[in-house]
Amino acid sequence: MLLVAPLFVLLLLSFCLPIAELLAHAVYDPTMHDALPRTAAALDTSPGQGVPDDIVFTALGDDLLAAKQNDSLYNLAKDLNNLLPAARSHVLRTARSLSPEKPLTRAELTSVDPFWGESETWFAIRGGVRPFTTSYLLAAIDLQWTPNGSIGQVPADQAIYRTIFARTFAIAAAVTLITLVLGFPLAWLMANLPGPIAARLILLVLLPFWTSILVRTAAWTVLLQRFGILNELLLALHITDHRIDLMYTRAGLIIAMTHIQLPFTLLPIYSVMRTISASQMRAAYSLGARPFFAFRRVYLPQVMPGVMAGCLLTFILCLGYFITPALVGGPADQLIANFISNYINIDLNWQMAAALSFILLALTLGLFATFARMFGVDRMKLV
Amino acid sequence: MLLSPYATFADRVRIVVLLTWCSLVLAFLFLPIFVPVPLSVNSESFFTYPLKGFSWRWYRDVFGSGEWRDAIWHSVVIAIGVTVLATSLGTLAAVGLSNPRLPARRSIMAVLISPLIVPVIITAVGAYLFYAPIGLANSFIGIIIAQTTIASPFVVVTVGASLANFDRTLMRAAAISGAQPLVAFRRVMLPLILPGVLSGAAFAFVASFDELVIALFLAGPQQRTLPMQMFVGLREHLDPTITAAATLMMSLSILLLIVADRLGRRR
Repeated sequence: MLLVAPLFVLLLLSFCLPIAELLAHAVYDPTMHDALPRTAAALDTSPGQGVPDDIVFTALGDDLLAAKQNDSLYNLAKDLNNLLPAARSHVLRTARSLSPEKPLTRAELTSVDPFWGESETWFAIRGGVRPFTTSYLLAAIDLQWTPNGSIGQVPADQAIYRTIFARTFAIAAAVTLITLVLGFPLAWLMANLPGPIAARLILLVLLPFWTSILVRTAAWTVLLQRFGILNELLLALHITDHRIDLMYTRAGLIIAMTHIQLPFTLLPIYSVMRTISASQMRAAYSLGARPFFAFRRVYLPQVMPGVMAGCLLTFILCLGYFITPALVGGPADQLIANFISNYINIDLNWQMAAALSFILLALTLGLFATFARMFGVDRMKLV
Repeated sequence: MLLSPYATFADRVRIVVLLTWCSLVLAFLFLPIFVPVPLSVNSESFFTYPLKGFSWRWYRDVFGSGEWRDAIWHSVVIAIGVTVLATSLGTLAAVGLSNPRLPARRSIMAVLISPLIVPVIITAVGAYLFYAPIGLANSFIGIIIAQTTIASPFVVVTVGASLANFDRTLMRAAAISGAQPLVAFRRVMLPLILPGVLSGAAFAFVASFDELVIALFLAGPQQRTLPMQMFVGLREHLDPTITAAATLMMSLSILLLIVADRLGRRR
């Protein structure tokens, strides 16, 4: 018990807790609440929908003036812009023309900018100042709260995430399928060759497995160039008569990912195949089974756990791919992980990154749990 | 071996097709890894064959430039830190887990192995958001801790596999003979599971040395690692220095693979 504790505690603190906090960002967002404290308080005392009364407008005016004074106006404008596209310029313009002398009434603010008289604006602000929110999670699957309190589709020009999830799934499925087609016969060969030769082959398969993803991606970047080796080879073999663009394309990405994932699909299949005696197939033949029939009825059912383990491992790992799409894929081949990274590093929108992480993690763990229930975790052998 | 003594013509055709297919797959698996090697000693800065001439200039660039040298140094320091931490904690945990009386064994195992299944981007982003406020972002300590989380499952698995063959009555025998638990571990258990520990350490080293995603989020310019340097190079200015660095990283992988393979056979 004590022996397990150090690593267990380290993982809890450095792995489980950070991920829990990241996921919390998806549903807990106090930014607007902290940026508009008076407005939030005023809205609390005057519930309802639509454009509120003078008390809330005075609070909003005070919040904007306070933000102008302590230089947090640009952050406030940016945060509101995340909730309501184009809000940034309205916030900045309004704050510029406000002064402490004038009364901060509804009439005054709406005359400065009619934006504040629209019910969509207040719908967004009411939603934003609530620290607990499901809007980001909904946004991550292209849904939103509508002003009448139901869940609806986001406008088609803003709906991007389902496309990205579908793309990630499609690429993961394609890579899984190709690795299976490439790897299954090789796994069978390795499992049926005499020991020493099989051991050599295993080393050949393990070497790519051990070589860093980055090194292999680097190799593919070199190979896939327009004037690179693969194009030269295709030209020399007269497979094509012109150079093909492979870098920054879907095809190039799938080739590179297939190369990286092949050992992951192959090794679990191999480790199951190794346990199946060749005499079973001979028995099937001697009972009169045709080769294909014997394969389908005798061999395949027994290797299925390995096939499922290998495919699932590859599929799950593909869902989280980041480096290879970033280097080999084009703008239309970026996967979900690349969007998470962009939200953290470029857009500084942690909530959206957290919501996408939430869904990616749920999908990954859900798939894994389904698999574990079907075949048992102990079947999952890495090497 | 693959053909029965009574092989028909169809059997032979099937085997020939299978062997051809497998050779092609092996070539696909194997050849691309070695593509950077000849290019790294090419005297010209193009990524095409045939090579123009032999030169060490790209290796001189790697070892001569402060950026690359620092990156290699940072990577080695971090990888050693991760190896020591992951191997010691991972071995302890594996020994603890091998005790069948441990309560909630499967759940604990699930937590210890989970970093292998959770997408690295989520681990990295989580670590970044969590470590930054407590001053662990842009620090070697932070990177070492974060990479230890993803390296330790390898140690737990390999040491666990060694322990499966370890006869626990030996520990009781040692205790009866008067050995303190620590002495019994060091003199009886450790020598027997050492191959597993060392191959776990090799795994942990490679996992850290090749790690990019966590480093991208947690490392500042002062901690820039070799994979980060390569990533930037591949993204921004593709030149053959990359092929030299890739060759160096790959040589290290091959070396450690051979070590782990030898240890595995002794096991």
